[in-house]
Amino acid sequence: MALFSGTATVVPRNLALTSSAKLCVVRSSSPRFLSYLGKAGFGNRVALSLSTVRAESSACLSGSGSGSGSGSFHGLCYVVGDNIDTDQIIPAEYLTLVPSKPDEYEKLGSYAMVGLPASYANRFIQPGHTKTNYSILIAGANFGCGSSREHAPVALGASGVSAVVAHSYARIFFRNSVATGEVYPLESQLRLCEECTTGDVVTIELGLNRFINHTTGKEYLLKPIGDAGPVIEAGGIFAYARKTGMIPSR
Amino acid sequence: MASSLLSPSFTSFLRTKKDLSFSALSSQRCPKGVPRRIRCAVAAPQRQPSTTGSVRTAMTMTEKILARASEKAQLSPGDNVWVNIDILMTHDVCGPGSIGIFKREFGEDAKVWDREKVVIIPDHYIFTSDERANRNVDILRDFCHEQNIKYFYDIKDLSNFKVNPDYKGVCHVALAQEGHCRPGEVLLGTDSHTCTAGAFGQFATGIGNTDAGFVLGTGKLLLKVPPTLRFVLDGEMPDYLLSKDLILQIIGEISVAGATYKAMEFVGTTVESLTMEERMTLCNMVVEAGGKNGVVPADSTTFKYLEGKTSMPYEPVYSDQQARFLSEYRFDVSKLEPVVAKPHSPDNRALARECKDVKIDRVYIGSCTGGKTEDFLAAAKVFLASGKTVKVPTFLVPATQKVWMDLYSIPVPGSGGKTCSQIFEEAGCDTPASPSCGACLGGPKDTYARMNEPKVCVSTTNRNFPGRMGHKEGQIYLASPYTAAASALTGYVTDPREFLQ
Repeated sequence: MALFSGTATVVPRNLALTSSAKLCVVRSSSPRFLSYLGKAGFGNRVALSLSTVRAESSACLSGSGSGSGSGSFHGLCYVVGDNIDTDQIIPAEYLTLVPSKPDEYEKLGSYAMVGLPASYANRFIQPGHTKTNYSILIAGANFGCGSSREHAPVALGASGVSAVVAHSYARIFFRNSVATGEVYPLESQLRLCEECTTGDVVTIELGLNRFINHTTGKEYLLKPIGDAGPVIEAGGIFAYARKTGMIPSR
Repeated sequence: MASSLLSPSFTSFLRTKKDLSFSALSSQRCPKGVPRRIRCAVAAPQRQPSTTGSVRTAMTMTEKILARASEKAQLSPGDNVWVNIDILMTHDVCGPGSIGIFKREFGEDAKVWDREKVVIIPDHYIFTSDERANRNVDILRDFCHEQNIKYFYDIKDLSNFKVNPDYKGVCHVALAQEGHCRPGEVLLGTDSHTCTAGAFGQFATGIGNTDAGFVLGTGKLLLKVPPTLRFVLDGEMPDYLLSKDLILQIIGEISVAGATYKAMEFVGTTVESLTMEERMTLCNMVVEAGGKNGVVPADSTTFKYLEGKTSMPYEPVYSDQQARFLSEYRFDVSKLEPVVAKPHSPDNRALARECKDVKIDRVYIGSCTGGKTEDFLAAAKVFLASGKTVKVPTFLVPATQKVWMDLYSIPVPGSGGKTCSQIFEEAGCDTPASPSCGACLGGPKDTYARMNEPKVCVSTTNRNFPGRMGHKEGQIYLASPYTAAASALTGYVTDPREFLQ
């Protein structure tokens, strides 16, 4: 799990911003918002509010300093099962889209999870929309198995997903998530895919390794993201390497 | 034995691993059998301990390769090290994105770290009218010209692949055929099946665009040393089994996540008897068990394959006798039966004969896993033995231009001089298509043999997740070329022993 451990000392300086604004975390979670979540009725209205908060949050990291991984995420969750492979995350016919091209990056996002079979009744992205209403994806074991396509974490990130909480990951997907900084690949102690239902309102508190399902009122422990956290928070390996002085800033 | 049929001159290499090392040593001194440039890993006193094998703590061959590439004397599983990369491969699906990241991060005028170590192989979406797919090959071409990349296997005339002498086809097979896979080296590729090259006793694994962009600029990557699972395959391989049966057997045993983050080392008398192409099949699918890399110790079979393919010196390494393996699995191959992986997971193993009531709509023979020359020779052997015609559409997609040419030139043993293509034609198969990744991963809608409807397919490819070959409700049974050909003849999933015994 500690993918980048022991290789660099953190000298937070010259935070390099990446092209993707959505990498941002809600820093020091807003008490106002949390209390609102605590007593709200969690309908579609809340989902709208949530996306507004997400949009607001996307500017917040630009002023922040070190990568302590203490941010939090709030949103609706989308729940999938075991062994979701990259073809289900982003089918091969869309791999002609080049993630490093901004317009094609956005398009990739609009196809996120479109490869899920029809047994998934709720669509991940509503017809006519390009972004998902579900900012947190919950999965079983071996999420992201299959091909090495970086399009997979990119599509999730571009669709508006902040974090995936899976019981375990396939290696390359985990690595690509960290390298791109597109999504936090978090691991749960329990199989949260059996504890949550699509549409539940959830909160992830990174610093406390805590996962809260507000809909059911239950809390769970996550495995620490470790040294990968600051890399993702910085916006991927290049941004992190610049931030920490491993490679020159531009 | 399957392998001896396919390569009649081959004699089994049934020795202990210690003997293997001595074999490499003696062949260095007496360069009759093995080219002189192979420098032995055992007796090279001027080299670092990690390359000589005289180490303080025993290491596996994966650990040794990474130790040498990171200039360390000693490594243990879990260590994170900066590894010098010998070859970086990319293709038309992930190349443009990797190039985009390279330019964004290193600058528009940046140069790759070594123009002779970057190998670019268009292979995924070639024979399509999809404009964006065509554009992606153009991006590769522009980049290769700009950077003066030495190994770019270009295709310009899509109407006839044969007029493109540089074009190869499926990258993992082309890498081997063009001599880019060498023992002891580190090969990274923007494709999960890059692990195929582990068949040559090297460390080979798949990476994403961002990591590839980093490698393009620096020639290095931070890698975590994996622990090794050891698979000991002993016993004579029955003549109805192929390497595909072995790897499906193993994945069924350890599951699609059984080797996550781990190396899979294949040894034993069966592995020693396998041809290079069969070893490639074995290593190709380690990623389907979640493996980081697969590896087969290099031996005389490896050296013989490499003769005339590369002029680069290489140094094989071997696991120490006392090396620590996370666990060891033993298989008596003589007792195994033909298997398939049922929908929708490569570890959903069943005996082929248990699925004899599964009616199928089509058969697909192709890809980096099952589209090599020997895979087609195996299928032809079944068609020849049966003397019958296929009952369902049977699609043949040679992995590379070389494989395609082999189908039209190599006589199938026991056929009185017929080629595979003649046998396929007599059996009623589709004409072998232009070499590429084809419908293994679906691809653009106009891809040859893509599953555009919810059909049931027996395929020699590597994945059967929902939607893999096109249609989400399609059902894919992964099988060996023997089983695929036998199934084509009956229209049901069929154990090849029905025709081979």
